[in-house]
Amino acid sequence: MSDPGWIREAETGGRQVLSAGGDWTVTGAGALEAAVKSLKPKDEPDVALDLSDISALDTAGVWLLRQAARRYEEAGASVAWEGVAERFRPLFDLVAENEGHKPERPPHANALIAAIARLGKTTVEGWHEAVALTAFIGLATITGLRACLRPRRFRLVSLTNQIEQTGLNAMPIVGLMAFLIGIVLAYQGAIQLRKFGAEIYTIDMLAITIPREIGVLLTAIMVAGRSGSAFTAQIGTMKVNEEIAAMQALGLDPMEILVLPRVNALMIALPILTLFSIFIGMVGGAAMAIVSLDMAAVQFLNRLQEAMTIKHFMVGMVKAPVFAYLIAVVGCYQGLRVSGGAEGVGRLTTRAVVLSIFLVIVADAVFSIMFAAMDI
Amino acid sequence: MTIEPVIQIRGLINRFGRQVVHDGVDLDVMRGEVLALVGGSGTGKSVLMRTILGLNRPHAGTIELLGADVARMDANARAATQTRCGVLFQDGALFSSLSVTENVQAPMREHLRLNQGLMDELAALKISMVGLPPDAGPKRPGELSGGMRKRAGLARALALDPEIVFLDEPTAGLDPIGAAGFDSLIGDLQRSLGLTVVMVTHDLDSLIAICDRIAVLVDKKVRVGTMAEHMEDTHPWIREYFHGPRARAAFGAADRGKG
Ligand SMILES: Nc1ncnc2c1ncn2[C@@H]1O[C@H](COP(=O)(O)OP(=O)(O)OP(=O)(O)O)[C@@H](O)[C@H]1O
Ligand SMILES: [Mg+2]
Repeated sequence: MSDPGWIREAETGGRQVLSAGGDWTVTGAGALEAAVKSLKPKDEPDVALDLSDISALDTAGVWLLRQAARRYEEAGASVAWEGVAERFRPLFDLVAENEGHKPERPPHANALIAAIARLGKTTVEGWHEAVALTAFIGLATITGLRACLRPRRFRLVSLTNQIEQTGLNAMPIVGLMAFLIGIVLAYQGAIQLRKFGAEIYTIDMLAITIPREIGVLLTAIMVAGRSGSAFTAQIGTMKVNEEIAAMQALGLDPMEILVLPRVNALMIALPILTLFSIFIGMVGGAAMAIVSLDMAAVQFLNRLQEAMTIKHFMVGMVKAPVFAYLIAVVGCYQGLRVSGGAEGVGRLTTRAVVLSIFLVIVADAVFSIMFAAMDI
Repeated sequence: MTIEPVIQIRGLINRFGRQVVHDGVDLDVMRGEVLALVGGSGTGKSVLMRTILGLNRPHAGTIELLGADVARMDANARAATQTRCGVLFQDGALFSSLSVTENVQAPMREHLRLNQGLMDELAALKISMVGLPPDAGPKRPGELSGGMRKRAGLARALALDPEIVFLDEPTAGLDPIGAAGFDSLIGDLQRSLGLTVVMVTHDLDSLIAICDRIAVLVDKKVRVGTMAEHMEDTHPWIREYFHGPRARAAFGAADRGKG
């Protein structure tokens, strides 16, 4: 049923006639535009534009026909429209009314200047973000303290729900990761230490690194990727749907309802997960040590008892709530900062994960220096 | 005008879990008509629209859209049908990562091969047609008001000059002047393009001004008829709808407008 559109010029009876026919619709607009552009107006005073052969027309077609007429008018001709079917009249009026409202594209800036401007903008934004994050931490702390005065505000249902999602549901993956890391550490350690005939110290190495560093750090990174991102995505989507605005309008405090349970939940869940991951990591290490070092389980345990002290374990466990706080606060903060739809949710979720892992590692470095100064 | 159905629904059943939304819906939509779909909140108007478009798999029943069975379409046939249908969703459903202009150009880009220059011109034309100011073009949906988003969604629905447009509450959230302008826009398009319009609306003024027939969703079924026929109906909900105080006010205004 489609009948490709055409336009051609002819001289009939001493008059220039431009006739168009076929389907002038958006489906064929690419070809029609080329045809219109290839029209070559000469200096003729009068041109008739004859549309009587047109079978179908839509707004794109009308726009192109007007474009054709305009080419002749710009060359100094006066164009007479002929053979316009009555049913197409409103379409012509519609296009005529709405034509020429094209917004101007902003001029392109110099690439170098644009790059410098972007650098400056990023720097200033980074500074603003640091200030805003600090303010947010302050606000979260105040909200938390205020909630201590009215314990009902701790929202137990929401808290347990979040603990389940961030803690309980994370156990399989955290356990698997810790087990594998334990195996890798024991294996690599044994190979290297065997060169010195000091294989037995593999156990010491496991007993120090897993409780003190690896257990808590890897668990925190896993939780940042798993729960920190979820916080941003959940809160960000609520922000996009104006749910946050609705809460505020109803006198509900989003800090108290959304942020506080998440921060508290993670500060409970992450230490438990850390404990779990240290245990499983040691099991993995032990399995590998027993297999590859040909050591009896009893011997392993004896050595472990000597090497492992409560000190290393406490160092690891002290860090866990701090890491949890950083991850939860960054996740919630980025969620509340979302603006402008689904794309914003994605962008800030990525940012939350990167920023929280970065802060966790910075905090770990600070702890190391602190514990070294304290001779722990 | 030839009387030819562009949409044919037979024995449609839709259910979610144990909730039955449609139970044996039959409906014909004729080419070139403006059909309004009315019914209380949650009676399944949006679901019916989505089902016709193949976005929701019905539990039973057949739907023919532009001569093809929606359930049995292959990918090519579906794409071909999609270029002939335009949709305005209830909450706009604009692509939030694209500007308004890019939103309008998205279907052109997908289905046609046009120059960027031509697409810019056509998008600007559509944006102006739906009553948005030119400076709305480069804005992201997040930067628009609710009514403006609705207009932008309409511009996208009209991007390919479709044969059928589905509009879910197009005038909700528009100012009365804008709503009247919208009615006349639909009227113009329908006359000049032979457009078929399926429109969910609660706007009695639109019903009176542009709708040829009205499909009422009651008791999980559809009752179709002209305004005059529905005025005679004895179903309590339909009576209430067409004889309530708002309906009387709208009819009164329409009469005054004519007289
Ligand atoms: N994806 C879904 N899952 C479950 N139930 C649904 C789903 N979509 C719709 N429903 C149910 O189907 C019914 C009809 O919904 P629909 O959105 O079509 O209402 P509507 O007639 O468009 O109402 P409104 O005028 O408020 O827009 C509602 O009861 C709704 O709860
Ligand atoms: Mg609806």
